[in-house]
Amino acid sequence: MHELSVAHAVVSTVLDALPSPDTRVLQVRLRVGELSGLVPQALEFAYDVAAQGTPLADAVLVIERSPIIIACTTCGDQPIASATDFRCPVCGEPCGDVVGGKELEILDITLDDTALANADLVGA
Amino acid sequence: MTTRIVDLRKGILEKNDLLAQSLRGRFTDAGVRVSNWVSSPGSGKTALLEALLTTAVERGISAAALVGDCATDNDAIRLARSGAPVRQIVTESMCHLESEMISTYLEGWDLATIDLLVVENVGNLVCPTAYDLGEDTRVALISVTEGEDKPLKYPQLFHSADVIVITKTDIAAAVEWDRDAALAAIRSVNPAAPIIETSARTGDGVLDLLDLLTDLTLTHSTQLQEAP
Ligand SMILES: Nc1nc2c(ncn2[C@@H]2O[C@H](COP(=O)(O)OP(=O)(O)O)[C@@H](O)[C@H]2O)c(=O)[nH]1
Ligand SMILES: [Mg+2]
Ligand SMILES: [Zn+2]
Repeated sequence: MHELSVAHAVVSTVLDALPSPDTRVLQVRLRVGELSGLVPQALEFAYDVAAQGTPLADAVLVIERSPIIIACTTCGDQPIASATDFRCPVCGEPCGDVVGGKELEILDITLDDTALANADLVGA
Repeated sequence: MTTRIVDLRKGILEKNDLLAQSLRGRFTDAGVRVSNWVSSPGSGKTALLEALLTTAVERGISAAALVGDCATDNDAIRLARSGAPVRQIVTESMCHLESEMISTYLEGWDLATIDLLVVENVGNLVCPTAYDLGEDTRVALISVTEGEDKPLKYPQLFHSADVIVITKTDIAAAVEWDRDAALAAIRSVNPAAPIIETSARTGDGVLDLLDLLTDLTLTHSTQLQEAP
């Protein structure tokens, strides 16, 4: 499984985005499409391993699933319920033209800003 | 405690994707057609690739291959018999190839002299799906010994394929391969990709596949999917 390398990519991307290396991360929110091939439970497990010993160690991982959406030439964009049946749910035509469901992205992170806020107060 | 939400909106595999995109640019500029072959271990990638490279060499097509495997370079040795340049990418613990490995292993090859580059991915139906290697054509393979419902069990891969290859058709009868059921399963996850039936033993379908993979008028997946 490649969930571990994906988890490491999440951790290193978040680390790069921190204002200072000791900022604590409270939450990381991901969007993982139904067509991404990633299993959320496996990713959660891998994330716990990858986050150990980093400012993400205590951060909650929130995984938002996004549905597969096909672009039916007749009915427009339609979500489908399963990756095993690429037919328009409205008209039944086979359609492999996907406009959603492959997402694999970090949406946002929540940081503990206390240290930074205190520093600002001291500076003021 | 003061908290702050920072919007990132960043692709998790962005690093891989950006490098793949730049490789794709280099391939297009040099006129190289590149395919990325993905299937289970043992479904016949190397055997078919050996037949394909041999046919390519006979026809004066300049073909080359990169072969990913976890441990040995046996496959590269088999493939080199075709006379085409071949390099083995030993991935050790990695379950898939990434664009950085392609970039590294291409070093020293003059892309301008290559017409067709085939990348044999590590035998795995799940992990390679998420990693763009800069290919123009992703090929998913399924052998007649694997069961007709394989595409339904691994829909993400079969959906992402631009070409679907059925292998080992010479033993289809012996293993009671239900061709109609297999085609229906493929079509329900991928309505449009060309399906090519092949045998590395008899050579069936090898030329059709070579034609499809080297046709310079087909440069990206949407055009390929419209092919008959
Ligand atoms: N009968 C038959 N056997 C094949 C064919 N292609 C491959 N094989 C056998 O299937 C096994 C695995 O093939 P290989 O090419 O190494 O699979 P890979 O792991 O996908 O590269 C080997 O024992 C091959 O001899 C074929 O077209 N017909
Ligand atoms: Mg092989
Ligand atoms: Zn429709």
